[in-house]
Amino acid sequence: MATEADRTETTTGSTTEDAAQIDTYTDRGSNPLTLAWYYLRRYPIIPIFILALLLIAAIIGPYVAPFPRDKGFSHDRNLGLWERSRAAYIPLGGTTIAELSYRACDFIDPNGGTQSENIAQCGKLHILGADHTGRDIFSRLLHGSRISIAVVTFSLTSGMILGTAVALFSGYYGGIFDELVTRFVDIWNALPFLMVAIVVTQLFGAKIEVLIWKVDMLLFVLMLVAWVGFVRVIRAQVFVLRELDYVAAARVAGASDIRIIWRHLVPGIMNTVIVVASLNTSGLILAESTLSFVGAGIQPPTPAWGVMTNEGRDYILEAPHLTLVPGTAIFLVVLSMNFFGDWLRDRLDPRLRQVA
Amino acid sequence: MFRFLAGRILTSLISVFGATLAIFILVHVNPKDPREIFVPQSGYGLTQESWNRLGDRLGFDKPAPVQYVEWLGRVFRLDFGVSLGLQIDVWDIIKGRLGATVQLGVGGWLIAVLMGIPTGVVAAVWRGGIFDYLARFVALVGQAAPAFVTGIVMIWLFSVNLTAISDDSPFAFLRIFAMPAGGRTPDELRWKEYVLPCLALGWGSAAGLMRLTRSSMLEILDSEFVKMARAKGVGNTTVIFKHALRNALIAPITSMLLLFAGFLNGALVVEIVFSWPGIGQVALQEAVQNNDFPLLLGTVIIFLMYFLVFATLADILYTVIDPRVRLR
Repeated sequence: MATEADRTETTTGSTTEDAAQIDTYTDRGSNPLTLAWYYLRRYPIIPIFILALLLIAAIIGPYVAPFPRDKGFSHDRNLGLWERSRAAYIPLGGTTIAELSYRACDFIDPNGGTQSENIAQCGKLHILGADHTGRDIFSRLLHGSRISIAVVTFSLTSGMILGTAVALFSGYYGGIFDELVTRFVDIWNALPFLMVAIVVTQLFGAKIEVLIWKVDMLLFVLMLVAWVGFVRVIRAQVFVLRELDYVAAARVAGASDIRIIWRHLVPGIMNTVIVVASLNTSGLILAESTLSFVGAGIQPPTPAWGVMTNEGRDYILEAPHLTLVPGTAIFLVVLSMNFFGDWLRDRLDPRLRQVA
Repeated sequence: MFRFLAGRILTSLISVFGATLAIFILVHVNPKDPREIFVPQSGYGLTQESWNRLGDRLGFDKPAPVQYVEWLGRVFRLDFGVSLGLQIDVWDIIKGRLGATVQLGVGGWLIAVLMGIPTGVVAAVWRGGIFDYLARFVALVGQAAPAFVTGIVMIWLFSVNLTAISDDSPFAFLRIFAMPAGGRTPDELRWKEYVLPCLALGWGSAAGLMRLTRSSMLEILDSEFVKMARAKGVGNTTVIFKHALRNALIAPITSMLLLFAGFLNGALVVEIVFSWPGIGQVALQEAVQNNDFPLLLGTVIIFLMYFLVFATLADILYTVIDPRVRLR
């Protein structure tokens, strides 16, 4: 998926739509849509707000979640599963107005209170409803937000370090090593990552032990997906940098290769690295949720958003919120990340419009 | 040209060997006895004799390179063994399901191409108009929504909500696209059932293609020779179709060929969502959930070959269309 896109855009080398957008901005003002788009691209406040929420949820979410993560919580056991789930669903707005009234009507209160009282009671407790085993969806979302952040902090970061290091060395030394690396990256790109991830997870188990921690295999799989994204772009950048005069001067002054790479090349590629990382993040989050969805990523009791979407799928007739709420969460995060990445690219390294 | 072709095909062959070698190593580097993943986890009803026979079949007494070559020979003869769960030859299972997956992939690809490229052209020509913003909005949504979420929302809209509305509603006709409940067999598929899965599969790529087409069209419309044509007094239609479109379409057409190989990846997920009777369902539902390793391995290898063949073809066609690539 992501690899295809990379390849396409690198090889065609054509500018993305944003390049042409600059002249669109000059004649702005005539059209409110143009103006709205311009400000959204220029000041991505909403996306940054959503991403900040995600970060906060990941840090403090599990401590402030109103309900336990894995334990179903039933308010009154006299109600059947569906009644409970439906009652909790109403505050969300219902699917259609007809549905809403239908749901309000068929609700039977066993304790003698009025219907509306009971609904209000349930609604207050579960902000986003409860799932098929009575677990609070909001709490599970909060717990699940950690996984996206884990993917970014572990998989993306380690992939970034690995990919950048490979790119630095192959770009700096060139020659046969560079040739080998390029071929290897091409072959790596040609593998269908979903399948590879499934095989790896199946063989080694969904969790592996690293020292004292049990780590999700998924994080390593995603690291192996992430690192190739960096190699080509950064290698090209290193090719340019290593020919510059200050690098030659450093070499004349007797600096070692390692010193040149670390002190003279790394600062020069830092912007590119950050931009490529932010552009790859949404792809990785998508990959994580897809793998969790098909059952090859995070395993069920842990509420990854993809897992939640998959679990709710069977109940789409009776309680669509089980799957729509986590699905929307994934969508919003990826959308914000796309906006944020584009913005960062325009700010830090506009040349990358052509490449990434 | 010949050099390029030879090089490209050589790279693909290396990829095939590399990938099979990687799978072989993965299977054998496993700390467990490799036999354990070829038999049901409980080891139910397995005698010592058949355990040894399995070892013989896998060639444990031979050195690893010999084992690899023998395994590769079996793979090329399409002998993947017998599925643990279904007790049917793995290749037979895959053969019966491959068609549906290819149909889905082609359908999704057609949607991506037919939606993405014309929309991109129109959006570029009417830049800043309502249609442009609409197209860009749809593209943004398509790029951010994973295929499984799109698919589920479609099922929810069409199969759940549309069945609740009255018959005289203007939207009632959309019901024909609703998926019938329960699984289906490949020969029952009707064209209406293709619409939603293909749309779910193709939307993301359509968004990418649309952005690419739009940007390359904008770039060309801004170039000197188009201005020249306009200055000479050539009509708008002629400029767009004769001068700009032909040049602008090189990038999207080449990328749409490359997209095709990637579609099989996405097809797996969409198959699960729509209970489509293709390989994805076998590979993911049955093989992953039942720990059916021979089935999984067979599927993966078939998939890998399929993927590599299409990627190579796309690359070769790419150079035919755009000869500049060969210079790199």
